[in-house]
Formats: sequence, structure tokens, C-alpha cells
Amino acid sequence: MSPSEPTISEYRRREQSITLSPLEQPVIEPEEGGPDTTQELLTLNFGPHHPATHGVLRLLVTLQGEIVRDIKPVIGYVHTGIEKTAEDKAYWKVIPIVERMDYLSYYFNAMAYCGAVETLLEAEVPERGQYLRVIHLELNRIASHLIWLGTSALDLGAVSIFLYCLRERELILDLFEMSSGARMHTRYFQVGGVIEDIPQGFERKLREFLKVMPERADEYGAILNSNQIVLERLRGTCPLDAETLLSLGVTGPLLRAAGNPWDLRKAAPYSSYDDFDFKIPVGTVGDNYDRFAVRLAEIYESVKIIEQAIDGLPEGPHITEDRKIALPPRHELATSMEALIHHFKLVTEGFRVPPGEIYNPIESPRGELACFVRSDGSSKPARVHMRDPSFVNLQALSHMAEGAYIADMIATVAMLDPILGGIDR
Amino acid sequence: MEVKREPAPLRVRELNAHQLLRGGELEGPSRPARLEGEELEQYVEERVLFTTLDKTVAWARSNSFFPLGFGLACCAMEQFHAAGPRMDIARFGFEAFRASPRQADLIILAGRVSIKMAPIIRKLYDQMLEPKWAISMGACCSSMGVFNNYALVPADKFMPVDLHVPGCPPRPEALMHGILKLRKLVQDDPEMGWRERYDAVGTEEAPADAG
Amino acid sequence: MPDATGLELLAQELGEASLETVYFRERATLIVDPARIRSVLSTLRTKGYAFLASVHGVDHYPEEPRLGVVYELLDMSRVDRVTVKLRVPSDAPNVESVTADWPTADHQEREVYDMFGVIFEGHPDLRRILMPEDYEGHPQRRDFPVGGEPVIFTRNEAKWLEARE
Repeated sequence: MSPSEPTISEYRRREQSITLSPLEQPVIEPEEGGPDTTQELLTLNFGPHHPATHGVLRLLVTLQGEIVRDIKPVIGYVHTGIEKTAEDKAYWKVIPIVERMDYLSYYFNAMAYCGAVETLLEAEVPERGQYLRVIHLELNRIASHLIWLGTSALDLGAVSIFLYCLRERELILDLFEMSSGARMHTRYFQVGGVIEDIPQGFERKLREFLKVMPERADEYGAILNSNQIVLERLRGTCPLDAETLLSLGVTGPLLRAAGNPWDLRKAAPYSSYDDFDFKIPVGTVGDNYDRFAVRLAEIYESVKIIEQAIDGLPEGPHITEDRKIALPPRHELATSMEALIHHFKLVTEGFRVPPGEIYNPIESPRGELACFVRSDGSSKPARVHMRDPSFVNLQALSHMAEGAYIADMIATVAMLDPILGGIDR
Repeated sequence: MEVKREPAPLRVRELNAHQLLRGGELEGPSRPARLEGEELEQYVEERVLFTTLDKTVAWARSNSFFPLGFGLACCAMEQFHAAGPRMDIARFGFEAFRASPRQADLIILAGRVSIKMAPIIRKLYDQMLEPKWAISMGACCSSMGVFNNYALVPADKFMPVDLHVPGCPPRPEALMHGILKLRKLVQDDPEMGWRERYDAVGTEEAPADAG
Repeated sequence: MPDATGLELLAQELGEASLETVYFRERATLIVDPARIRSVLSTLRTKGYAFLASVHGVDHYPEEPRLGVVYELLDMSRVDRVTVKLRVPSDAPNVESVTADWPTADHQEREVYDMFGVIFEGHPDLRRILMPEDYEGHPQRRDFPVGGEPVIFTRNEAKWLEARE
């Protein structure tokens, strides 16, 4: 190049040739009196890795400006093949597999499965076992709602609530550790009852927790209910009526927020829930604020149930006495030959379940959680299917968030409380 | 017959010099050419000056990991607890969970990696800038965990992992122990040694040649 | 659950569509003809079972017809549940989709398609939902292997290490 010419570098030349015309889409002509459609539709990918989607949920959101027109959820990013693995294992070995499905409400997964197997076996769970199950189930419900509250508040911007909720959850996980040795996925529920009786000191610690929890829940209510930003984002956003929710198969706090008081603990009581006196919080409008309020109120009701359960805890065995199903207590192994044989048979082969198919529904923190077990007479199940509430509730997302802003959609995903482990299994 | 070999890129040669200085041996077929003669002396001089600076940089890096806010399944719940008020990782300086992989340098794979998710995690890992570390938290991503089936991939199969934390899920204390071990590893050995183990020397992001 | 007589009355109402009734552990099941599933569910809806709780699949391998689909219906006002089952052979696994009447069946039928290979005709968007889009095979079928990584113990490590080389 001669020094007289200005040197235009290759980069600049390329830059001048770039136009955005291939990206421009034709503008939709606005109809008379219709919505303002002068903006074209854009499909945005809320990828599986996103700070606001609870887990690895992928949403293909079609936007018109800031308004959501359509949402297509893409799932399967944490599909673990739980149901397939469960077919390969003996009945009691399936319990830890199935617990890891909806990973926030692990006791509920185990309860649904154990209830189904107990129905097939026609096994009776003793009263004490039922009450202990109720205590742990309701503690798990509170723990699940605390994480929901913490992560939802995080999405809305209130970061400190997350730490407060984790503080309470630590107390609950301490209680779980006391009764079963592990904080999560405890294998505490077994077919026929619970694996071990509660230790000494559990009751004292539980009562301390029960005294503290309602005050803390009052704190959360006080912080969030007087926060203008939270109220603006939740009040009146994304309502959906109960009719549509029922046709979409939605149950749980979402349905109760819309006004339908359907709760399996009251409608079809299992595991002696009918011994306890508690109310069902029900919303009126079905918007995000009602969903939030219903779940917050459920925490108080769960505390009431646990108090009644620990006050009225009956004496007796904690697991069924039928040695063909439940392991004999260890001290018997040294003296009784039958106990040794039962122990051996149960641990090596497992118990055999008569052939049949059972669908056992319970009320989990997210809705109707049910376990379908098909047995062909051997010691391994032929099919275990968990009907997960989040999987069905996710279909309501596009109906809820249609016509709302992106920020409202984020709040709706938070209030929907999806747990991807349950959705993907 | 004379064999002409291209000198390896600058950064690779620097790393090799560092390795030689610390008494290590270069092994394996993929190692680039060794430094010889004058070049070796020149680089050795430079390294002696930089060693203390290296240590300081390593200390700073290890005390300020920016973890990527990435949780897959149940282990993510225990990861929350590790960041929670009782088992506080903010004490060590790690509370800045970044949402974007471009700003993060530590990815904690918390949870089970399915076959659909594996390429996405690989993309995230590639988008992170050097130096970066990966912790595989829990049994499901370290080995197959509780589920040994068609749907899962152990993390070692598609990305290099520096530290495995066993447990299902590991207690927050166990995760802390793992992170602190990683911190010690970064302080003592900034080159991490895994590049030799995984036969990955030469895969660092080399600065583009000016041209 | 409707008791045994209630179940028989339901089966009579459905007429030819109902192939068999099973009353097991106080739960009522109707086994129906796959071609008429939509009309069966509509009839049950008029009887009060207005909530479709679950649609899932079962593999009865090695008996034919092999692939089964199970519909769980719930009557909220009387707290009654009834199960509807159908079976299709694996060489002609076509079932009419009920998504038009029951929107909740959308994702659930996709899952049955993904896991078992049952093709729902009339479904608005029948694609794989849990497995990657280009996956081959239907994992939940009984003859699909569980898969997984081999676990290397000391007793079999020689075999795996030499297989690697």
C-alpha cells in the first residue's frame, strides 16, 4: 500500500458491510381497536441454566415487546430414570431410589410408595408408626415451604428472606438427623411403618421448634406483606380460575389459592390424618399473592398438626409386627431362630408382594402425589410410576402467564413451585 | 536428516519452564518441545522473579472463588445450606455466586447430570474463563451414585473435575471440607497438576497472536 | 371408590367398550377397548368423574398385547376414584389422544410416548419430553436394558482395564 492512500483495515471494511436487515421481521399491521401489534414476536430461551428458574427448567418464551404470548417448557434435563431403576431392585431398596425424585419432599415420595406397597400386602401400620409418619411428613412440608419461600423471595429480590428460611430449615434438618441419622433422603419410612422409634430428646427439641416456628413465620409475613415491591409484583398478577386449573389437572396450593378447598388430607384421610384438627387455607382470587398467602398459612397449620401428633403420640410398635415384611429388632436375632431366618430372607431376597396394581395418592406440598405400583408376584416391582404434582402443574404455566410481563412470569414460575426432580424423574 | 519442530506457543513454554524449575518431569507424547540452551536460561531468570508473585496471586485467587450459581438436584439444597447462616461459606469469601459463567471461576456440579444436560454443562464450563476449577458434588456426578442407569453421565466423562465430594447428598460440612481442600490445592499448586493427569497440557486458552 | 356393585353398573352402562372389571383392595378398575377410550372417558365424566388425575403407561412384557395405558379418574364431590386401563400390542400401539377433552393429558401422554412408544393420534404435539429429541428407543419398556457404567471392583478390575487397552 502506498503511503498516500488511507489504510482501511480489513476489519473496518467488513464492519461497514454488516446490516441488520436479515434480522428484521415484517411489522404486523395493527388492527383497529386491537392490541398494539407493532412489535414483532421474539422467542427467547430461558435456558436450563438460569438463576430464576427453579432448577434446570428450559422455557421457550414468545414475547411481544415485554408481554408474554406463549410459553413452551422443555424438560428432561435432570431425567434420572428413577422408574426404570426401581424395577431392578427389591421392594425395600426402591425406597431410597424413589425418595430422590421430588427432592424437597422426600418423606412424601417414600410415603406414597410405602402406602401403595402396604395396600398390596394388606399390611397394617401401627398407630404409633402412623403418628410418627405424620410428624415427619408435616415437618417436611414446612421445610419444603421454607425453601419455596426463600427461593421465591430471592427471585423477587428479597435476598435476606432466603437466609432466614434456611435458618429455620436447619432446625428441621437437625430434627430429621436426630430421628434417622441423615438430613435429607433419610430412608426413615419403611414398608409397614418407620424404621426406628424417635430417640430421647426428640420430643423436647421438637417442642422447642414448634414454639419458635410460628413466631418466625410471623416475621416472614411481616417483612413480605408490608413490602410494596412484593405486593405490587404478586397482587393481581397471573390469576387463573379453578375451572381451568381442574381441567389442567392442577392440585395442591395452586388449586386452593383459586378457591377450591381440595386437600387429600381432609377428603380421603390416610395415616390417621383424621385424628387431627386443622384448617385448609383457601384463597379467593387465584393470583400470585393468593398462592403465596396459602402456602404461608399452611406452615401454621402444619405446626398445629405436629403439636397434636406429639401430644397424642400413642405407645406401641413403630413398625408392623409381621416379620415377613419388616425386619425383626436386632436383639431378637441372638435368641430366636425364626427372627434370624426372617432377617436373612428379607435382606437377601426381600418380601414377595401378591400380584396386582395399586394407585396410592397423598397430599404433598405441591399437590397430589401418587405412586402406582404394579406387582407381578416376585420380590421386585414390575412398574413403579410416581404421579408427580409439579409435572402436571407445569402445564398451567402457559395459561397463567399469558398476557403478562416477563417479570410477572418470573414471579409466576416462583409461585408455581416446580421441583425439577419430580418433573423429570 | 534434520527435523524442524515448531516452537510451542509462549504460554505453554512458560508452563513447561515452571514445571522444570520445580523439579518435575515432563512426560507423555503430547508434551511440546522442551526448552534448551539460551531460551531455558532466559526463562529461568524470569521465573525466579515471578515465583513470589505467583504465590500471592494464588493466595488471592484461592480466597475469592466466584462460584457459578448452578444447582441441578438434591445436592443443590445442601449447597444452599452451605451458603446459609449456619455453615456460612461467606466466611471464606465465597458468597458471590455469579449467574453468568463468564464471571465465575468455580463450577460446583451439584446434582445428577443427565444425558440431555451434559452438553450444556460442557458449554458452561467452556464459557468460563481461565483459571477455572470444577467440583463434582455428590455421588451422582462423581460416579453414577444411587442410579446406575441409561440416563446419567458421570461428570468425569465430559469435563475435567478437580475435586469430588462424596455423599448423597454430602452434608454442608462435607462440601465445605471439599471447597477448603480446593482452596489449599490452589494455594499450593496453581498449575493444579490435573492437566498432566488428564493429558490436557496445551489446552489452555492461549492469547491470540497479534497480527 | 365405587363398591363392587357400583362398578358393575358402570360397566353395564359402558356396554361393549368395557372388556373387564376388576375390584381389588377396594379399588375399582375398568379394562376397556382401546378404540373407544375417548367415549368411555366422556361417559365417566357425565357420571361425575371430572378430574383426570394421571395418565401413565405399563409394559406387560412378555404378554401380548403388551403396552398398557392407565387413566386415573377422580370424582371430587363424592371422593370416588376409578381406574381405566387399556392394552395395545407393540406392533400397532395407536391410541386416540384424550387431550382435546382433558388438557391435563398433554404432557402425560407425551411421557407415555417417550417411555413406551404408544402413539397418541390427535395429540397436538407428540414429541419426546424427557429424553433428548433424537434418542432412539423407549426406555421404560421391560426389554430395554437398564444401562449404566460398569462398577470396577478389585475382583473385576483386570478385565475392565484390559478392555480399555
